[in-house]
Amino acid sequence: MTTTLVRNDKETQFRVMKNENWQKPVYETNGLNLWYGTAHALKNIDLSINEKEVTAIIGPSGCGKSTYLKTLNRMVETVGGVTISGNVTFMGNNILGKSMPVELLRSKVGMVFQKPNPFPKSIYENVAFGPKIHGVRNKAILDIIVEDSLRKAALWDEVKDRLHKSAYGLSGGQQQRLCIARCLAVDPEVILMDEPTSALDPVSTHKVEELIRSIKNDVTIAIVTHNMQQASRISDRTAFFLNGEIVECDRTSTLFSTPTDERTDDYINGRFG
Amino acid sequence: MDHNLQAKISRRIAKDSAMKWLFGSAAAILVAVIAFLFYGIGADGVDRLNLSFFTNFGSRFPEKAGLKAALVGTLALMAVVIPVSMFIGLCSAIYLEEYAPKNKWTAFIEMNISNLAGVPSVVFGLLGLTVFVRAMSLGNSILAAGLTMSLLILPIIIVASQEAIRSVPDALREASYGMGATKWQTILHVILPSAIGSILTGSILSFSRAIGETAPLIVLGIPVIVQFLPTGPLSTFTALPMQIYDWAKRPQPAFADAASAGIIVLLIMLVTMNAFAIYFRNRSEKKLKN
Amino acid sequence: MSSIQPSEKARTRDIIAAAKKKERFGKLVPYLLLAVTSLTVLATFGIVYTLLKETFTFFTHINISDFVFGTEWAPFSNADPSFGVLPLLIGTLKIALIAILIGVPAGLACAIFLSEYASPKVKKIVKPIIELLAGIPTIVYGFFALTFVTPLLQTIIPQLKLFNALSAGIVVGIMILPMIVSLSEDALSSVPASFRDGSYALGSTKFETAIRVVVPAATSGIAASIILATSRAIGETMIVSLAAGSTPAFNLDLTGSIQTMTSYIVQVATGDAGYGTTIYYSIYAVGFMLFLFTFLMNRAALYIKTKFREEY
Repeated sequence: MTTTLVRNDKETQFRVMKNENWQKPVYETNGLNLWYGTAHALKNIDLSINEKEVTAIIGPSGCGKSTYLKTLNRMVETVGGVTISGNVTFMGNNILGKSMPVELLRSKVGMVFQKPNPFPKSIYENVAFGPKIHGVRNKAILDIIVEDSLRKAALWDEVKDRLHKSAYGLSGGQQQRLCIARCLAVDPEVILMDEPTSALDPVSTHKVEELIRSIKNDVTIAIVTHNMQQASRISDRTAFFLNGEIVECDRTSTLFSTPTDERTDDYINGRFG
Repeated sequence: MDHNLQAKISRRIAKDSAMKWLFGSAAAILVAVIAFLFYGIGADGVDRLNLSFFTNFGSRFPEKAGLKAALVGTLALMAVVIPVSMFIGLCSAIYLEEYAPKNKWTAFIEMNISNLAGVPSVVFGLLGLTVFVRAMSLGNSILAAGLTMSLLILPIIIVASQEAIRSVPDALREASYGMGATKWQTILHVILPSAIGSILTGSILSFSRAIGETAPLIVLGIPVIVQFLPTGPLSTFTALPMQIYDWAKRPQPAFADAASAGIIVLLIMLVTMNAFAIYFRNRSEKKLKN
Repeated sequence: MSSIQPSEKARTRDIIAAAKKKERFGKLVPYLLLAVTSLTVLATFGIVYTLLKETFTFFTHINISDFVFGTEWAPFSNADPSFGVLPLLIGTLKIALIAILIGVPAGLACAIFLSEYASPKVKKIVKPIIELLAGIPTIVYGFFALTFVTPLLQTIIPQLKLFNALSAGIVVGIMILPMIVSLSEDALSSVPASFRDGSYALGSTKFETAIRVVVPAATSGIAASIILATSRAIGETMIVSLAAGSTPAFNLDLTGSIQTMTSYIVQVATGDAGYGTTIYYSIYAVGFMLFLFTFLMNRAALYIKTKFREEY
């Protein structure tokens, strides 16, 4: 165990050194292994997610990319029988240890899911949910937070006249942007997005991508996507997962133009997956 | 990280675990109540469970009082309830699932069954008293009580059988039609055999309800001290819960022990029936998996 | 081979005839089944007709407003029998209220525990126990109330009578518990997991998720379960007959003997009131009220469950 950790540490240092223009990582993952029961879903993952960057995670279905994303806010534990070893730090704090309450981690790390999942409440209550949970009671402050978050999510103009109507009256794309606004309302450091546009039509997808571009100066984003064009359009860095391992991770432009691994080349050119 | 936030979160987590204990203790108390109930009744009644308790008729003397008439009466009652309720229940379920057109009359029947399920059992007693005991002059006989109980458990049987029939895969139906079978043949030879496990599970549970029901029998005027065994469907009789009710009401402590013993017998019958129900459920689940 | 033998012709004819007969029977089947199914409708009509007819007769003996608004229920008084139903109603409400106060919080807590906190292992143990509790005949609960709960409560409340509303109500509360637990648990479990994920991902604890997201999303199902359980408590007969006594009381005392609508019917049925007397007809009037209450509550529960079903 110790030896692998040392090796991983060296590799991480090596990577950081090699790319001096990278900013300091928000997340650092070293030698992460994860099992669902006996199925080995993540194998020795080493990956950094840099501040104020969009990191795309691509790979075929079942390659572990969603599992990895859900490890970053420990949502992976909501299904039973998960064993994790290795190291994941978030802003320098070990998040896999007992000393890190998931509630604290998740209040700093938002998540957007595959299918829009607004609560069966009003638009306002959806956005105000997080701040309320975290103890904001003042109505005036809540109003400001809700408006601000909806503006950031480019949804304010569309919903300002029906804030107190059910979120289910919105279209799928609007619902997904509402879910992003719901994340933004707790002022997170990172937003994890798990194929956020896979249930949306092209126009809504475009709007969500626009939104990602517009918020990336405020918040770090890690996005899992099936869509390689999307990864190349919106991300700064891309990691390619295959069978629970990282095959390659590089600047997006580099990875898509001159992949070093043959399998990456095959995948991004549609020869499998 | 933010200290204030961390403190707030520890408070929220503490509240969460406190609530978990609170909710969990509600479940624990529930389990404790059932243990207490079984222990309390079991400890008092177990001494009365000897052979004479089963071979004696009811009596004014607590130490002589036995279950003979009540046990035979309950069995006789079930001999009416089981065929009657199963026949009507199965026919209704088959009709509603396989034949019924989607119209107002069908909707009305369905609504009616759900209403019937919510009618208090004592009201079924009033129906039985007026229709079976008096209008049809069956008296306080096994038949009158059996018909009343059949109506009481009918909604449960119908709903359980409907669910069972609905869960038979359409592929089986299509396979049968594909071989030229008529609808009725398909129902008889394909659907019912695959649904029978779940139908039996639901039915047995409803029969155990009929065995334990007391209020309708009281309203029908079923007597408690009966010194003979029933001779036919029109014979007067008494039943297990009636006997327990009578003993429970009497002030002498010795009768309370007899009531406890009677309850033990009743509960053993019910647990046995539940075990059969679970057996049929598991068997039908296995069958559908294969 | 080329020509069909006469005997074979006859056989073919027989087969066709048999098939036709089968077809005729097949056409008859739905009508036969419909006839049997309609018996269930007949049963409801039987109940309503019986209750209405005898209640009508009752009101030829007793003034309807004396019945509905009367505060004294003394049908067995030789000198001055009176049939004011309010004491029976109050008795029934006392039982239902205590039962709700016991059954609803405990039932909801248990349902939330099972659906949100309990591991599959714990669930596998607790759920069959609740089913077992649901299968126990009410006569057993009644005996339990009379011989165990009342003596136990008397050690805490010395002035508690042998027959009292309190222990009967508590035990009715235990009796309706399994119903509340299983119906509410169904409602909670059918709330989509994506709501819980959304809430957890925002940093909510399990409790916050349960109270702010899951329970509100399951409100209609939970409300329906409470109404149905209340209806059961109102219609419950054996527990009150054994443990709550048979003294109609127009007061708010919980420690003394009371009479409910159901236990009055039982009292008359076990007594020797003759056919055709006012007392005989009175049980139908009381039964009709009981039927009306439970019917309306069951309808309301169904209405709430279908009309206010949250669309996810």
